[in-house]
Amino acid sequence: MIGGLFIYNHKGEVLISRVYRDDIGRHAVDAFRVNVIHARQQVRSPVTNIARTSFFHVKRSNIWLAAVTKQNVNAAMVFEFLYKMCDVMAAYFGKISEENIKNNFVLIYELLDEILDFGYPQNSETGALKTFITQQGIKGQHQTKEEQSQITSQVTGQIGWRREGIKYRRNELFLDVLESVNLLMSPQGQVLSAHVSGRVVMKSYLSGMPECKFGMNDKIVIDKAGKGGVTDDVAKSTTGKQSIAIDDCTFNQCVRLSKFDSERSISFIPPDGEYELMRYRTTKDIILPFRVIPLVREVGRTKLEVKVVIKSNFKPSLLAQKIEVRIPTPLNTSGVQVICMKGKAKYKASENAIVWKIKRMAGMKESQISAEIELLPTNDKKKWARPPISMNFEVPFAPSGLKVRYLKVFESKLNYSDHDVIKWVRYIGRSGIYETRC
Amino acid sequence: MLCFHVCAGEIFELKAELNSDKKEKKKEAVKKVIASMTVGKDVSALFPDVVNCMQTDNLELKKLVYLYLMNYAKSQPDMAIMAVNTFVKDCEDPNPLIRALAVRTMGCIRVDKITEYLCEPLRKCLKDEDPYVRKTAAVCVAKLHDINAQLVEDQGFLDTLKDLISDSNPMVVANAVAALSEIAESHPNSNLLDLNPQSINKLLTALNECTEWGQIFILDCLANYAPRDDRESQSICERVTPRLSHANSAVVLSAVKVLMKFMEMLPKDLDYYGTLLKKLAPPLVTLLSAEPELQYVALRNINLIVQKRPEILKHEMKVFFVKYNDPIYVKLEKLDIMIRLASQANIAQVLAELKEYATEVDVDFVRKAVRAIGRCAIKVEQSAERCVSTLLDLIQTKVNYVVQEAIVVIKDIFRKYPNKYESVIATLCENLDSLDEPEARAAMIWIVGEYAERIDNADELLESFLEGFHDESTQVQLQLLTAIVKLFLKKPTETQELVQQVLSLATQDSDNPDLRDRGYIYWRLLSTDPVAAKEVVLAEKPLISEETDLIEPTLLEELICHIGTLASVYHKPPSAFVEGSRGVMHKRLPARTGSPDVGTIAGGSGTETAPSIIPSQGDLLGDLLNLDLAPPTTTGPPPPTSGMQMGGMDLLGGGLDSLVGSPMPPRHASGLVPWHSSVDDLCPQVWLPAMKAKGLEISGTFARRAGVIQMELTLTNKAMSVMTDFAIQFNRNSFGLAPAGPLQVLSPLSPNQTIEVSLPLSTVGPVMKMEPLNNLQVAVKNNIDVFYFSCQYPISMLFVEDGKMERQVFLATWKDIPNENESQFQIKDCHLNSDAASNKLQASNIFTIAKRTVEGQDMLYMSIKLSNGIWVLAELRVQTGNPNYTVSTEDGWGTTGGAVDSPSCVYVVCGSCYEV
Repeated sequence: MIGGLFIYNHKGEVLISRVYRDDIGRHAVDAFRVNVIHARQQVRSPVTNIARTSFFHVKRSNIWLAAVTKQNVNAAMVFEFLYKMCDVMAAYFGKISEENIKNNFVLIYELLDEILDFGYPQNSETGALKTFITQQGIKGQHQTKEEQSQITSQVTGQIGWRREGIKYRRNELFLDVLESVNLLMSPQGQVLSAHVSGRVVMKSYLSGMPECKFGMNDKIVIDKAGKGGVTDDVAKSTTGKQSIAIDDCTFNQCVRLSKFDSERSISFIPPDGEYELMRYRTTKDIILPFRVIPLVREVGRTKLEVKVVIKSNFKPSLLAQKIEVRIPTPLNTSGVQVICMKGKAKYKASENAIVWKIKRMAGMKESQISAEIELLPTNDKKKWARPPISMNFEVPFAPSGLKVRYLKVFESKLNYSDHDVIKWVRYIGRSGIYETRC
Repeated sequence: MLCFHVCAGEIFELKAELNSDKKEKKKEAVKKVIASMTVGKDVSALFPDVVNCMQTDNLELKKLVYLYLMNYAKSQPDMAIMAVNTFVKDCEDPNPLIRALAVRTMGCIRVDKITEYLCEPLRKCLKDEDPYVRKTAAVCVAKLHDINAQLVEDQGFLDTLKDLISDSNPMVVANAVAALSEIAESHPNSNLLDLNPQSINKLLTALNECTEWGQIFILDCLANYAPRDDRESQSICERVTPRLSHANSAVVLSAVKVLMKFMEMLPKDLDYYGTLLKKLAPPLVTLLSAEPELQYVALRNINLIVQKRPEILKHEMKVFFVKYNDPIYVKLEKLDIMIRLASQANIAQVLAELKEYATEVDVDFVRKAVRAIGRCAIKVEQSAERCVSTLLDLIQTKVNYVVQEAIVVIKDIFRKYPNKYESVIATLCENLDSLDEPEARAAMIWIVGEYAERIDNADELLESFLEGFHDESTQVQLQLLTAIVKLFLKKPTETQELVQQVLSLATQDSDNPDLRDRGYIYWRLLSTDPVAAKEVVLAEKPLISEETDLIEPTLLEELICHIGTLASVYHKPPSAFVEGSRGVMHKRLPARTGSPDVGTIAGGSGTETAPSIIPSQGDLLGDLLNLDLAPPTTTGPPPPTSGMQMGGMDLLGGGLDSLVGSPMPPRHASGLVPWHSSVDDLCPQVWLPAMKAKGLEISGTFARRAGVIQMELTLTNKAMSVMTDFAIQFNRNSFGLAPAGPLQVLSPLSPNQTIEVSLPLSTVGPVMKMEPLNNLQVAVKNNIDVFYFSCQYPISMLFVEDGKMERQVFLATWKDIPNENESQFQIKDCHLNSDAASNKLQASNIFTIAKRTVEGQDMLYMSIKLSNGIWVLAELRVQTGNPNYTVSTEDGWGTTGGAVDSPSCVYVVCGSCYEV
């Protein structure tokens, strides 16, 4: 199991050091600094073995978190824990920065004592932790016996993510379907790989212990429903069009997985506040919101001509926002002239790229940029690697085609029904890694 | 560690603050102490003052003091005792959070005196009414066990811990499982985690209810269970599959581990088996959208899974395409998996990608991409041509490391497809000057030597390398030596001077024993028998195949049992990086037969499937016992071993090494069984001394009875504990010997007991030429471990009863056999007349076909038939009154091609008759 956990600043100074196991000596903390943080080359692996001691590290801005062990631990678990640790810290004091860590070091030690016992991760849900580890000193001494046992049963219980007795005057929930669409396209316009990874993020402000059921246009569910009734092929094909094939999905721990496995229904008691309900991935019938058509021509040894056309490919009534096209330029670029039809384009020498920004663009439109790149002559034998042209954007629909069908709320003990809950749904499609080779 | 010495003034100030009456000030002071501690300052001098702050009802202050205690108690054991009272008192506190805190902290203080006091509070806390306290106490047992294992056993905590597996609270169950698993690891033979269907059921129920971390503990524990039959393993799989949709990647990977392991037991024709295979792919792909560090862990594991079960991800090639912004460690792993998944169906796409990668910036990545193109050519024959042209394109870029890498892989392509792509040699030769890495230079030299007859200026090229011979690395020197000898054999007239030059450089001016030895071998070969030299040096090389870079099967099986863990990230067994006894236990996949006995091998079934590559490194013999689990990977003639891959392209292995210094003529060298040792073969020999086999001693001998070959084994238990579950398996051998039935050890072998077993052998097993010819590598397994030994059997055992050849056939054959297949030697001091000898030989299935007497010499003509159908004909001349026999033998048909070396047979036979 995890033998110890260290947090360093970018210089390699120790901000937090907590050792859980006797086999981790005093030198471990320095070994990591010397061999990884101060290493000359770029880090080649997130797992490093130094003198039979294994170090796992993640970086958040310029802060290093390292877990250390001498045993054959579950590596996936260690990384999941380190991410969780970052989430918990962020939930307590915001951004993970040297200053915040220094200011909250007592709190961090307290958290580390609670969520990692002898190197075994324990309940690390912030909802539960916040009931008894607070920044304003401990509530402990003022709690009644009932309150205390309520805390412990929540921390250890089946519904460790939600406490009892939550009350809201207005029962309200927000559903955000956030998708990132990823594309790798060949210069000829052939899709090499494309997938959507989506998340359903929910903000729930509901009283009591509500039982929720979430439904979407999942092809398997809809086909099953179609088969149940007396339907003909026509009906099936019409519903089939609106449904999407989900390659795979994963759920927050509040979702009953065995129920999903047997009935494919998503039912759960939600945590209070904001959390991620599910993640999913689709690869079939993805709507690619933009198409990038590059044209690069080398004119002699000292000049490049680049022309890039982008086409928006969605309903004309919808507007894409925050569009940015990044066209890489060779390292030996000496000057660039750009002409674009829409938006603004600039050559950024420090980033070796032409950055073309368009605030808004409606569907089924087309725009174009052309640039002349002057090159300095070099003796470098190696050809320019031509990195792909990448793109960023945001569109108000789900590129996967996912639709929320319902989110039902049942709370039998309190007297509010599904109709009384105010529900909001929003779809946002963003670019993930959206690249076209040129 | 950077130890800052805190100045006395600072300590003094803190001391004053710690003893302040004001709570707030106290707390601030303790905070300052902890802050100093964190950055490595030594604040142990404040121990008594800090401990004094412990008795407080302020929980935050208490926690800080505890943190300090955990750090310094070990260095100040006597002072730490001061804290015991408070701990014991806190364990009785009405607030469960405080009770748990006390027991959690006490467990972390590794001071004997404190642990003594810990027992009573711990016992109470294990049975506390509050689950939070119980789950903390469960982990505390593991802590205590780490400090004092004996104490834990004496106090009966292990039983209490076992009871907690049935606790009503899922988190208590999870922590108890985690603690027990850890304790069990340091007691490999204990029955601590005695998992049975009932307890498994409880774990599976808790699995649905506990935290994500608890689910990981439970799944990792489940993976160690051996289901009784395929039905039980199916029902466990069914209850584990929902975990594949968990958001936590570690839960997913641990579930994958359980499924991969238990799947081994499911019959392949079962519908469920197919369903399960399909269910595994999507979650594995989803892992690739996790954060990069987790992607890395996932990819290392997928690499194993793809080798074990390629069918799972065979359609998912695209998800492994490298993204421009992937961290380098993710890129390299993806590339590896791409090659493993490459097949005829997707090769075009893969090649297009690889070509793209070869123009990237990172040198390591580019090299690997180039190498990958070569591996594709070897793996997918249809793509070879395209791969070669891609490589040529890359060579044209003139980027130094790309060119070198390309040449190294082209050499392998030549090996795989001889006489197909040699037209590119000219292009390669153009780049000779730019090669500065040993591997590339060696590859190029190999190519020049191998195709010397097609390269007009081969001698000039090689000569140019010779100038700086002593500055080259060993790899290049060896290659250069071999290449020049090859050149000489192909174009002897022009290159005599060159070869003499290189031989003298290698033998006289070099300190490297390998180089010198190889030089001497060539020299002697060339000077004694140029024809033989040609046969040896220019021998046909075995083809190389793509399997060479696969993980060795036994290791792969073990790593599959460790999916998700560090072992699977390093691709090394835990024993390679874990100190002490922990985690050193070797894990194995269950056998498909449905029998719960892990690793049982039925003698019969083992012989059915061809084993995969036997690594040349002796210590990797491990896969012997897992023959029936290994995929049938062998294609065609003897697969190459890794030894052949590296450097020694001319196969100057085995046979020739024994040549130097041996007085025997080379033809007799291999497979020669000396007279005396063959005699010894007949009395029982100790094959496996007890010292090497954890107390198991094995001695034995071979015999042929009523046409059946028997291996007679004597097993002696010299250990202290009972041995059970014996099984035996042979490695492939020259005559396909294999057990015809299981090893019949019916009752357990108690200490100091000896048992004799007779194992019938068949000759229908897989064949591989051994060195010496009659060598047999055996693996014996019992409940303790698996042991390997090798022994030599008398060839006479293989002479079959119907070995009497028709007279006419004999005569015709004798004439047909070319002279070079004949060998002659004398048997000394044999005081038998020809008839008696003939009778004795007949008892060993050596049949006399004819006898004639010429000039007082009896000439006996005899035939022998080996179990693999090879005939050996012999002539035995006996001079009456002279105790020396002359034997000349001829291989049947003259086509045995080295599979059997006839002289040795007669040696053995005569040896045995002499003995009789």
